[in-house]
Amino acid sequence: MDIVVRGPEPTDSERLAVDAVLGPPVSAWAGGFRDLAREGRISLLGGSEARSQRHLLLPALHAVQDRFGWLPPGALAHISRRLTIPPAEVHGVASFYQLFQLKPGARSQVHVCEDIACRHRGGLALEHELRERHPGSEEVEIHGSPCLGVCEQAPAALVLRHGEKTGGGAIGGATARAVESALESGSYPDAGLDWLKRAVPQSSQPEADLALLARVGRCDPASLEDYRRSGGYSGLAKALAQGPEATIAEVVASGIVGRGGAAFPTGRKWDAVAKAADPERLVVCNADESEPGTFKDRVVMEGDPFALVEGMTIAGLAVGARKGYLYIRGEYPLAVRRMEGAIKAARAAGLLGDAILGSGLSFDIEIRRGAGAYICGEETALFNSIEGQRGEPRSKPPFPVQNGLFGKPTVINNVETLVNIPLVMREGGAAIAAMGTAGSKGRKLFCVSGNVARPGVYEFPFGITLAELIVKAGGVPGGRPVQAVLLGGAAGAFVGPEQLQVPLTFEGTRAIGATLGSGVVMVFDDTVDLGDTLQRIAAFFRDESCGQCVPCRVGTSRQEELVGRIRAGKPLGSLAEETALLDDLAQVMRDASICGLGHTASSALQSAVRLWGPGILNGAKVVDNHG
Amino acid sequence: MAEPFREPQMWFHAPPRPTLVPMPPAEASRPVVDLVVDGKAVSVPEGATLLDACAKLGLDIPTICQHPNMTPVNVCRVCVVELEGARTLVPSCSRVAESGMKVSTNSDRVRASRRMVLELLASSVDLSTAPEIQKRCAEYGARPERHGSPEPASPEGERDQRVPGHHHLPEPGIARRVAQPVKIDNDLYVRDYSKCVLCYKCVQACGDEAQNTFAISVAGRGFDARISTENAVPLTDSACVYCGNCIGVCPTGALMFRSEHDMRQAGTWDESAQKRTDTICGYCGVGCTLTLHVQDNTIVKVTSPADREITHGNLCIKGRFGYQSVQNKA
Repeated sequence: MDIVVRGPEPTDSERLAVDAVLGPPVSAWAGGFRDLAREGRISLLGGSEARSQRHLLLPALHAVQDRFGWLPPGALAHISRRLTIPPAEVHGVASFYQLFQLKPGARSQVHVCEDIACRHRGGLALEHELRERHPGSEEVEIHGSPCLGVCEQAPAALVLRHGEKTGGGAIGGATARAVESALESGSYPDAGLDWLKRAVPQSSQPEADLALLARVGRCDPASLEDYRRSGGYSGLAKALAQGPEATIAEVVASGIVGRGGAAFPTGRKWDAVAKAADPERLVVCNADESEPGTFKDRVVMEGDPFALVEGMTIAGLAVGARKGYLYIRGEYPLAVRRMEGAIKAARAAGLLGDAILGSGLSFDIEIRRGAGAYICGEETALFNSIEGQRGEPRSKPPFPVQNGLFGKPTVINNVETLVNIPLVMREGGAAIAAMGTAGSKGRKLFCVSGNVARPGVYEFPFGITLAELIVKAGGVPGGRPVQAVLLGGAAGAFVGPEQLQVPLTFEGTRAIGATLGSGVVMVFDDTVDLGDTLQRIAAFFRDESCGQCVPCRVGTSRQEELVGRIRAGKPLGSLAEETALLDDLAQVMRDASICGLGHTASSALQSAVRLWGPGILNGAKVVDNHG
Repeated sequence: MAEPFREPQMWFHAPPRPTLVPMPPAEASRPVVDLVVDGKAVSVPEGATLLDACAKLGLDIPTICQHPNMTPVNVCRVCVVELEGARTLVPSCSRVAESGMKVSTNSDRVRASRRMVLELLASSVDLSTAPEIQKRCAEYGARPERHGSPEPASPEGERDQRVPGHHHLPEPGIARRVAQPVKIDNDLYVRDYSKCVLCYKCVQACGDEAQNTFAISVAGRGFDARISTENAVPLTDSACVYCGNCIGVCPTGALMFRSEHDMRQAGTWDESAQKRTDTICGYCGVGCTLTLHVQDNTIVKVTSPADREITHGNLCIKGRFGYQSVQNKA
């Protein structure tokens, strides 16, 4: 493959930033040009080897963005040459992600969450204030952001610093003062155990029965010793003793289904990959948690990183994979650091790498950072993102178990699913299956946010009702009534105050036309303008559509415009005609889009209009018939 | 007496003369799958798509982003059909036929989706040079006007700079469009992205499905997704080699010969007065078929039929654009 790179030559520092990730060129191909001075000392062959490195595109772009705060053309040209990727495609990938900038940016980027959990709790006001205090400077730039996954401490902000000392962190309960002090000091409030204790209110309740969250806020997340002392790695030891088939049988017996939202039986997925003809298999952990209102995976990675390493390792050994990829969303710098630390410690202790725990088996994990794209949480879009392509979903079939990452049979599981695995091994599949309800086995993490006294991640065996969960989270402050609850996030559905008795199980939510999704329980009291929330949800999907297929690319845009018209009191024709159009848009997105984003882009809106009529878009309040 | 003929001593042995006339290898019989489409049984070879099965039955399925010589990208979603047991509709252009499938191609559900897809395209894209799609809009009763009045064209280059995510909602009653000024940066062809339906065909043709030049890619995200060179530089600063194979596969006229564009602007373009003549390109020995489009005894553009074995519709810059020498009048 011959590519034409016409971009400017990189500066020395640009070259260094890229080469720090890619290593020195091993062949003239890996430089993309013939250097006569080096000919004879460096192989001219190696084209396919250079091209096979395309999966390093995202890490290389991150390195440049971290170093310079934007992607200078010279650096992009150098990446093109080094990886033999046409410059147009590098541009196509770079322009896909929100956290990459193609124009010079300020040294510090402040992302203020303006999504549904934060906007009513001071997020919009904070963004406004910060913009006034920092009008375009070289030092600080303010961005409105989709959900940052810190909903339990709304309003949330994220600071990302570029330059030689790169870094970043999240700020909960953010004020302009807190953001500025983080900018000045370079230290963030997410560093200590307090941060985790706030995220898991149950951690300070000794009576709470916790297994998945048992260590979060209680154990040092950097200490492998702590992890092992508290029962960690006994699951892996058991898996090694039992062998792969028995391990998969255990997972099948547990009845665990995927916790990312799609609820596919985990054991069946593993079994399909274990039986694949191709001996090269992969494990991918989907930690691109971006569903508005979801923050459980972040909390687990920050608070109990070794559990995820152990879960992935068991998955790898069970299906015969030697390699795992952990794809963490770009907005979670702390989770990335904690997972990096855990992987390093596990490697040093012989728990990753060759001959795990003295067995003949090997497995290792590589971390990939996302760069601001909700769609990359879609499993096939995530594969494309890792492979250095635009994060556009693939057509299914073929499914990942046949043809996943790099075309290999792939197990892809969500973080919460994988941290269940050590538990399944330790307690036995039957014990897990005995927990919960007939259709929903085991324990579940709920992301409770919005108008409750103690928002946070909660762990309960399946079966708890929505009303009980709200009480556990301290109820609605000030004794205000519940106006509505959003279940499953922006891709989920609203339920009304008369539906609070719904059991939070897959079958229970399905029975009332809602969904458990990723476990989002966002409570809105009677002060919230739900029309504004719905407008934001519509804007979210317009922002996050990858743009590949027509129903979603144009449909999400039309849906947003339609909601805007009704909210402005300027419907085209009658309100009934507009409602019919909203239904038509919902149907084409649900029926004809390529992936889950389009399929669910209308579901929350539809549920609200179905429950409360189109007036809800325009300031009407939910009337509580039940007192 | 003449010397008897003696096989000359050679340092190699000539291979024996063939006893059989060389023939192309016999078509290996591919296993067949049986399915039911619109209540009619049909058999297609393994690996065939639902669209192939429909074609075999003579069913008329609308397509936009499908091209006979290219890997399906299934992005326009206008060819969707209903597959029994599937939660959503499936794209017939890429879904491989399996035995026992039951497919409906014209149910209310299918027609509703097609109508909306056409409506969404017609409300956001200028389809004035895409008569096939216009016909489909009429056939399916698309009403693009119910999405609002068209947004004014964005200033030159503005769409190319849009960043993913954050955006502004247009005024109430305004429907976003991709409208923007035509990009004219070379003498051979223009890029009018107001007419782009983002079918990915040009990217495929420029990439590894034909030309292997990789001058363009899809950039941006969502409604702001667009076809772009690196950093949206003009074609003349890109890797473009002006083969024009992207024009050949563009279904909407977004990519157009400069000659055609200029004549359309001047109001002199008249397809009904054009004669098409197939000939073989004389520039080299490959033997590509050229279709000369001639109006008023002047070649106005050159295409190549997609079904010819030699180039499958692809040409190089000489074949496609090097026709002026024919009509230089002294």
